Amino acid sequence: MKKERMENAPLLKVEDLSVSFHMYDKGLEQYDLKVISNLSLDVKPGEIVAIAGSSGSGKSLLAHAVVGILPENARLTGSITYKGEILDQKKKEAFRGTRIALVPQSIAYLDPLMKVGKQVTGGDRGKEAEISKKEIFKRFHLDEKIEKYYPFQLSGGMARRVLVSTAVISDASLIIADEPTPGLDLEMALEALKVFRELADEGKAVVLITHDIDLAFHIADRIAVFYAGTTVEMAKAEDFLEGAGKLRHPYSKALWQALPQNGFRPIPGFQPYARYLPKGCLFSPRCPHKTKECENDIPMSEIRGGYVRCIHAT
Amino acid sequence: MRLEARNLGFCYAGGPWILKDVNFSMEEGERVGLVGPSGYGKSTLVKLLAGYLEPCEGEILLDGKPMEKKGVCPVQLICQHPEKAINPRWKMKKVLEESGMYREEVLEALGIEEEWLERYPRELSGGELQRFCVARSLFGGTHFLLADEMSTMLDVITQAQIWNLMLREVEKRKIGLLAVTHNMALADCVCTRTINLAQVNHIKCAEESGCKNGCEYGTV
Amino acid sequence: MSDMTAAVSGAQRRRIFVNRRTKTILFAALIFFVILGVYLSGALLSDDLIQADFSKKALKPSLEHPFGTDLLGRDMLVRTVKGLSVSISVGMIASSVSAVIALFVGVAAATGRSWLDHFINWVIDLVMGIPHTVLLILISFACGKGLKGVLIGVAVTHWTGLARIIRSEVLQIGSQQYIGVSKKLGHSSWWITVHHILPHMVPQFIIGLILLFPHAIMHESGLTFLGFGLSPEQPAIGIILSESMKYLSSGMWWLAFFPGLMLVVIVLLFDRLGENMKKILDPYSAHE
Repeated sequence: MKKERMENAPLLKVEDLSVSFHMYDKGLEQYDLKVISNLSLDVKPGEIVAIAGSSGSGKSLLAHAVVGILPENARLTGSITYKGEILDQKKKEAFRGTRIALVPQSIAYLDPLMKVGKQVTGGDRGKEAEISKKEIFKRFHLDEKIEKYYPFQLSGGMARRVLVSTAVISDASLIIADEPTPGLDLEMALEALKVFRELADEGKAVVLITHDIDLAFHIADRIAVFYAGTTVEMAKAEDFLEGAGKLRHPYSKALWQALPQNGFRPIPGFQPYARYLPKGCLFSPRCPHKTKECENDIPMSEIRGGYVRCIHAT
Repeated sequence: MRLEARNLGFCYAGGPWILKDVNFSMEEGERVGLVGPSGYGKSTLVKLLAGYLEPCEGEILLDGKPMEKKGVCPVQLICQHPEKAINPRWKMKKVLEESGMYREEVLEALGIEEEWLERYPRELSGGELQRFCVARSLFGGTHFLLADEMSTMLDVITQAQIWNLMLREVEKRKIGLLAVTHNMALADCVCTRTINLAQVNHIKCAEESGCKNGCEYGTV
Repeated sequence: MSDMTAAVSGAQRRRIFVNRRTKTILFAALIFFVILGVYLSGALLSDDLIQADFSKKALKPSLEHPFGTDLLGRDMLVRTVKGLSVSISVGMIASSVSAVIALFVGVAAATGRSWLDHFINWVIDLVMGIPHTVLLILISFACGKGLKGVLIGVAVTHWTGLARIIRSEVLQIGSQQYIGVSKKLGHSSWWITVHHILPHMVPQFIIGLILLFPHAIMHESGLTFLGFGLSPEQPAIGIILSESMKYLSSGMWWLAFFPGLMLVVIVLLFDRLGENMKKILDPYSAHE
């Protein structure tokens, strides 16, 4: 019995996280740029949670906050726990690469002066590392001679596969993948996502940050929708497969309808810039259901088995 | 006008062929989707077509004539990462002024808000920046627009917004559009026909020969 | 629980009332005014104050003469300040000329044709290859020593390092995508250099210029000390130091100690000023 409870306990739990940057304005004035506000998220072992949302909604920053690679002028409040243990900067550094692996967003995160093979194994020259590297290269259709290449010689798609393999080879129980699919064709993207599914089925927890939400619907267990630095909805992936009617937040519905296969119909307007956030519901300026009450703080509420940050959701 | 690639071949000095014997042509007003597996040289092809790279073999023709190297280019490229294609020290207004596209109707057509013009690139999101990249490419002399994974880094709402705006302009001005994408659903929505580069690019046959010399100055 | 959450934020720091940029700027301004003060007082102090007065010959440092007097009875404090003033103006002119040369040469190497780049690199290697002091002495001597010799000597030997930095910086900027876009929008490389590239060079240029100061001053003094620089009538630090050499063995330590110390202080101040400017202007540290 106890074992079961352990398994259901979230591996990573982010509660009420806010991240702000201390920026200089013109001259000597400083201001705080709040890029993530009151964000919550949890991932259980054996589960893929996909994070969907517009660029600039704080998806990558969340990943950086978890592994502790935010820039110097960032300030962080709220709590991030790993297996119930609060992660401070020291622990983040100790866990990074061993228990928590990050698949970074761009090729710029590879060391330009180190050959690819060495980067994948992390300098580990042991036989075992060699063998698993070969296996992983095969799995990702990476030619063996790529090992000897420097990152600049890789095409975008190859680089992406190399980045994924660096995380797969480590023994981490939590994998955070920041946009692992752009630049990959459908086949490769599915292959990469399948790898994450396999990893999850082995009992690891995967956080998948992606724009290719249509792919994510099929592979993930739950989807978290981010907007302007906060979670607006947290729902089962099935709800997204079934269509806009099953979704709770107006923004999630809009996302669904904007997909090329679902009509390609965008809602007008823009995500607010972090410096000029509206009061209350961050989505309200673009929302068709906006009322006076939307200007108050909107809590997360549970509706039909999912969580939503909207007072009009049914 | 007609954009044409004849027997195009390209490789970096000492490297393997990336493109070999590629033949391709499109007409103004056409909307072509360029698809194909990763690593088949889609980005390289559009860079060649837009004149950002020099081909090692073959030629690129506009209405049967080679393209001018200097001056305003009738073939404009829109890249995947708008933040790299904009000078980070410039205000957005200056970005538009650079191409002479700081005009009321352009702002309106692409949904560019007045207040963005006084901001720096880092204060705008990728989707907002990409609108500027499209806007500055849409001047009178543009006959072909090449979009290299233009919306891959954008969320689906922004993607739909920007494509809808762009398609309207492209249609109105009878511009030829070549869209590189991995997203077949998107290609179906946007394009009138698609080309699979895997079928047009003959690198497999050329693997034996490799590129030995003559391409030292392949990069521009 | 809420107080535990505070422990999470490793990156969180106490908010300091005066932020770093303000402090840096205040500090830089302070240094600037100290240097300006030294320069102006040196230029404005009357020459009467360093008239020979044999009644006060070779006095040890006292309240009346904090730096002592020399064998001709001249006040060493006034001489030092006047010497520093000359050094600062020489340093200022020489390093400005040097930095401008560096800017032109660096940009030309990076944007010009490949033979020009090769040629400029060859010249840089040549200038850097010859021992600095030897080259300085040769040029200064060939130009007839004196103020003119020193200025030309220092100016034409100090641009190489900065030129290299600017060249690589321009090359790096030049490979950016927005430069390619600008070309395709029909802009000439001259237009691109002026509008895209040069504005990016401003921080490098200012920092390079300020960090050239200490070098220029040191080399001016060194050259003068060796007798290839300013003429002995001029109140230069180099002259003071080389004179004092003769009397050091007779125990008149203050003749060398205070002027030497002041020279080091001024050089260090310039160095700090440069480092501070770097912190403010460098985009990587600008928001810390």
